[in-house]
Amino acid sequence: MAGYAWLVAALPLVAYVLMVFVGRRVGEKAALFGIVALAVSAILASVILVQVVHGQTIAASIPWVTVGTLKITMGYSVGPVEAVLLTMVSFVSCFIEIYSMGYMHGDARYNRFFANVTLFVTAMLTTVLANNFILFFAGWEIMGLCSYLLIGHWFEDPANCRAATKAFIVTRIGDVGLLLGIWWSYSLTHTFNFNALPGALSVLHLGGGTLNAIALLIFLGAVGKSAQIPLQIWLPDAMAGPTPISALIHAATMVAAGVFLVARTYPIFQMAPSALWWVGLVGAVTAFVGATMATVQVDIKKVLAYSTISQLGYMMIGLGVGAMWAGIFHLLSHAFFKALLFLGAGSVIHATGTQNMHEMGGLWHKQKSTAITFIVGGLALAAIPPTSGYFSKDAILASAYQAHDMLFFWLGALGAGMTAYYVMRAILMTFFGKPKKPEIYAHAHESPRVMTAPLWVLAVPAAFLGLVIDGPIRHFLAPGTPAPNAGWMGYLPLTLAVIGAVVAYVLYTGPVARRARLISALRPLYVLLKEKWFFDHLGSGVVYLLGVGPSLAISAFDRYVVDGAVNGVGRMALWFGRQWRRLVDGNAQGYMLTLAVALAIGLIALQALGG
Amino acid sequence: MPGASGVPLIGYLIVAAAMFCIGAFTALRRTNAIMILMGIELMLNAVNVNLVAFSRFVPAGNGARGQVFALFVLAVAAAEAAVGLAMVIIVSRRRDTIDVDHINLMRG
Repeated sequence: MAGYAWLVAALPLVAYVLMVFVGRRVGEKAALFGIVALAVSAILASVILVQVVHGQTIAASIPWVTVGTLKITMGYSVGPVEAVLLTMVSFVSCFIEIYSMGYMHGDARYNRFFANVTLFVTAMLTTVLANNFILFFAGWEIMGLCSYLLIGHWFEDPANCRAATKAFIVTRIGDVGLLLGIWWSYSLTHTFNFNALPGALSVLHLGGGTLNAIALLIFLGAVGKSAQIPLQIWLPDAMAGPTPISALIHAATMVAAGVFLVARTYPIFQMAPSALWWVGLVGAVTAFVGATMATVQVDIKKVLAYSTISQLGYMMIGLGVGAMWAGIFHLLSHAFFKALLFLGAGSVIHATGTQNMHEMGGLWHKQKSTAITFIVGGLALAAIPPTSGYFSKDAILASAYQAHDMLFFWLGALGAGMTAYYVMRAILMTFFGKPKKPEIYAHAHESPRVMTAPLWVLAVPAAFLGLVIDGPIRHFLAPGTPAPNAGWMGYLPLTLAVIGAVVAYVLYTGPVARRARLISALRPLYVLLKEKWFFDHLGSGVVYLLGVGPSLAISAFDRYVVDGAVNGVGRMALWFGRQWRRLVDGNAQGYMLTLAVALAIGLIALQALGG
Repeated sequence: MPGASGVPLIGYLIVAAAMFCIGAFTALRRTNAIMILMGIELMLNAVNVNLVAFSRFVPAGNGARGQVFALFVLAVAAAEAAVGLAMVIIVSRRRDTIDVDHINLMRG
């Protein structure tokens, strides 16, 4: 029964090829290839999940490359984490594609969009299935390519191209670390296999330094892909892509891949406690800083983008404090509610034609379905019980508390308070209050059924998934682990969340003047947050220092020294040529005279030398 | 062995050298095409004088070889003059000048 798992990734690939080659002929119906393939993949993945739950191991591999002593096998192995992710990825992306049929309707590059989305999902599924670094990395890089193509889908606007390039290059910085980690661990153990690697490393009895270094290099790849500080700068710009892509990148693929990478190589991290601590620290800082940045955004998609950064930080906290299952649990619930939120935001944008929340307001009356589902997603994001986000975030923070990582716990708890604040703020600004732009409000309308249906479908797991699988997923992913218990402190995140929500409610239903006074009172803080903690400037600074500066120097060297030498030789030849040219003026008499004089001189010389 | 006129070989050679130099100067420095042709003619004839003189003064076994050479040179000179003058005529018809400073088609 194990032999068909590869179909989960292969079917979307077939759909992709079909879309590329016959897509133009069938027009917008080509989207159905992808949707059907992903639906079948989702069903297959569910079957696999059931099998894995029943204790079956699903693995297969074939030799792929044999060069001398280098043997690379291709194959897959599906454990609990992979089974859960396969199911989640295929389900969520299937609904995103269905939704896109409505959202992208009439787009000039409709088929291209669907083909790229399908390839994107294929790559993610490959990454999840892979049992070795090589196949994993292939999927990983194809995802990078697809994110570039899709963020820059509307490439007529140069800003979108810049965002696409930024995403590609920033994640590439992390990829360098990942590649080095892969290379290093291979040079030590001669295996790329995920299952064999930890054992092979442990029998070498390496010093803690080497193991930590390998783990941190691998983690660097995750930092880039999962938009952790300081490489988070690409993710908000990635909002330039169509909204379903934001949903796909933020929920099912791409950013999830980074968290998954750490989970996949988790045994290595467990051998390297310092590296694991750094994972938690980066996660905690990201969770906190990401949440602060989200509080001042006015673009509805940007709010969600920063919330993604923050939530990914929570997952990293979970991984960092040893509760890998909690991190994956949050990844799962986050995938559902974040996809829901993005698709809801897309529905709003579709209706109003703007992303600026200052131009929305009162949409509750126009978009009931969107509003209700968005609020469900928002509650999940704010971790209000009984939504899925509450259970998973609670599990992470309680685990952090139990592991006595109080720094992580407090940063996470404060972040949870701010999360509730910005969620409440976004909901109030978008759906409630008076319409701020009457002309936009007048034209707003509910989105077509093809867009609202996926919202309702995604709202169900966003609301109830945690309630159902809270216990089972812990037993499944980490058998024998007791439920984390933080005692009375366990209620702290929820308390802070309620406080945050109330503050937002008071501020955003109160008079505008009060908000303005508050902003001017907290001017330096406000500027700091508005400028995203100056991370972009920091990034540019580093790039200038390390990249642009030296390259300018090299360019100057090339222009003045290398080119100078090359052109100098040419110019010298030119100068000599010009001098010679005077002799050769086309006057035959001149030539003859030269000849005669030279002959005479030659003869005289011959005579003088003793001819 | 002196010639019948009693002029020694060196006398012929000096005359021939003088003729050659005058011819060379004419050919190289005059700008009139006809004068250049005449200069070339003069140089060829200077060579002829040398050939005939050596033929006369160099001892037996040589036969009349030098004089035969002189005849060849004369024939070639005649041909050269015919071709050269024909060219000069064409050039003068086309360009209204036979000043070689103005006929510099080879200039790159």
